[in-house]
Amino acid sequence: MANRITLEVTRFNPERDEEPGCDTYEVPLHKEWVVLDALNYIKDHLNGCLTFRWSCRMGVCGSCGMTVNGVPKLTCATFLSDYAPGPVHVAPMKNFPILRDLVVDMSDFLAKLAKSKPWIIRKMEKPLDEEYFQTPEQLEAYKQFSMCINCMLCYAACPVYGLDPLFSGPAALAIAQRYNMDSRDEGASVRLDILSQHDGIWGCTFVGECTQVCPKNVDPAGAIQQYKLAATMEWLKALLLPRGSE
Amino acid sequence: MINPTEYLPRTYRARVSTYWWLARWPYLKFILREASSIFVAWGVVVTLLAIRALRRGPAAYADFEAWLRTPVLLTIDVISFFFILFHAVTWFNLAPKAMAVRMGGKRLPNGVIAATNYAAWLVISAALTWVLLRG
Amino acid sequence: MNKRSNEPFLWLLFSAGGVVAALLLPIHLLLFGLAFPLGWLSGPSYDTLLALVRHPITRIYLLVLCSLPLFHWAHRFRFTLYDGLQIKHLNELINTFCYGGAVLGTSVAAYLLLRIR
Repeated sequence: MANRITLEVTRFNPERDEEPGCDTYEVPLHKEWVVLDALNYIKDHLNGCLTFRWSCRMGVCGSCGMTVNGVPKLTCATFLSDYAPGPVHVAPMKNFPILRDLVVDMSDFLAKLAKSKPWIIRKMEKPLDEEYFQTPEQLEAYKQFSMCINCMLCYAACPVYGLDPLFSGPAALAIAQRYNMDSRDEGASVRLDILSQHDGIWGCTFVGECTQVCPKNVDPAGAIQQYKLAATMEWLKALLLPRGSE
Repeated sequence: MINPTEYLPRTYRARVSTYWWLARWPYLKFILREASSIFVAWGVVVTLLAIRALRRGPAAYADFEAWLRTPVLLTIDVISFFFILFHAVTWFNLAPKAMAVRMGGKRLPNGVIAATNYAAWLVISAALTWVLLRG
Repeated sequence: MNKRSNEPFLWLLFSAGGVVAALLLPIHLLLFGLAFPLGWLSGPSYDTLLALVRHPITRIYLLVLCSLPLFHWAHRFRFTLYDGLQIKHLNELINTFCYGGAVLGTSVAAYLLLRIR
């Protein structure tokens, strides 16, 4: 294996540039290095202005999402040697406005998350000294969807979100479903009012790329399809028993 | 959306190309899957044309059968068949995702539901063939 | 507080159409489009086919076969036009064309099947 590899990294300085360009750097190729290590090497030795987000460097914080050779990846979980002999194209995540270099504007994502009301909604709160009981089976029902680290790779992969910024997006819909399926939650109806809309679950065309790129196996596509089925059941119930359930 | 400041005068928003679906194979596969619906519609059209010919008598139906044998129609039908097959396979593989069938926790793996779909498909196809071939 | 979308109705039609198309259309096209015309298998005679189609159960079967997959096409094609061609601003036109087409096809099927002597 060669001991150097070339990185082509997107650069964008909002004070100076009209649109992003590309800079080429040559970095050492160590067997155990990930793309994040290469970026930090560039920043430490080659160009101190390179700007990018990262934190835990072990795939749990969700900060370091970027596009590596066209695919949304966590750079701390993507081995450099997998791309030998290179070059490796590193770009910011797609479908988000670029603030600078490899950093994107997250504010729309945060707004979409909040729209899903990702918290336990109760009609009557329990007093503080009373616990909620939950069996392992009840936990299993929603656990997969709770593993989201908000890395936004699914939004970068979703063509619907790319084409329609109003779309709620995979993570927001998956987290809504996570709470819908939580036995402690009583807010499914509230969330359905908000999300059973075209910019909610019905905008999804089940491309499935969100699930493919998710580093935590949340399977947001599966969550959304289950949500569609649940929403359809509620719609049928409302149709057939107008004053019935709720 | 962040308001422009002296040090952050602009963000950059890339335009999504009309050909976004050509950029990666999973996107192309998705569009092909969606395009299969056109060939599904064609399958219905052929069936309706067959029923119409059947209504008009033996001569009309024989003409219809001859039309089906022309190279153009055969080519279209071969392509349609593969797309309809593609629809069926992707449908059977994906439909289980919408159903979290619980038998004490989501213990029913997607593969089981998909296998059931394929089995039903085989049985129904065989039954239809038998009905049509026995004369 | 938004009123919930009525999209579930269209999604149900889409799903039903998808199931019918997946289970039934492959064998139908294989036999009637390829195997019988090309002589791989000897198809039913005109009289057999007519007798079969006259049966009320066959008529209902064919009505389902010719209707639901069209609604499946309508729904999928509508979204493909939205996303593929990014022409969402034409959505009334798209909806009329797609679902209208499916309704038209269903009407044609009903007419043809009801009036078989």
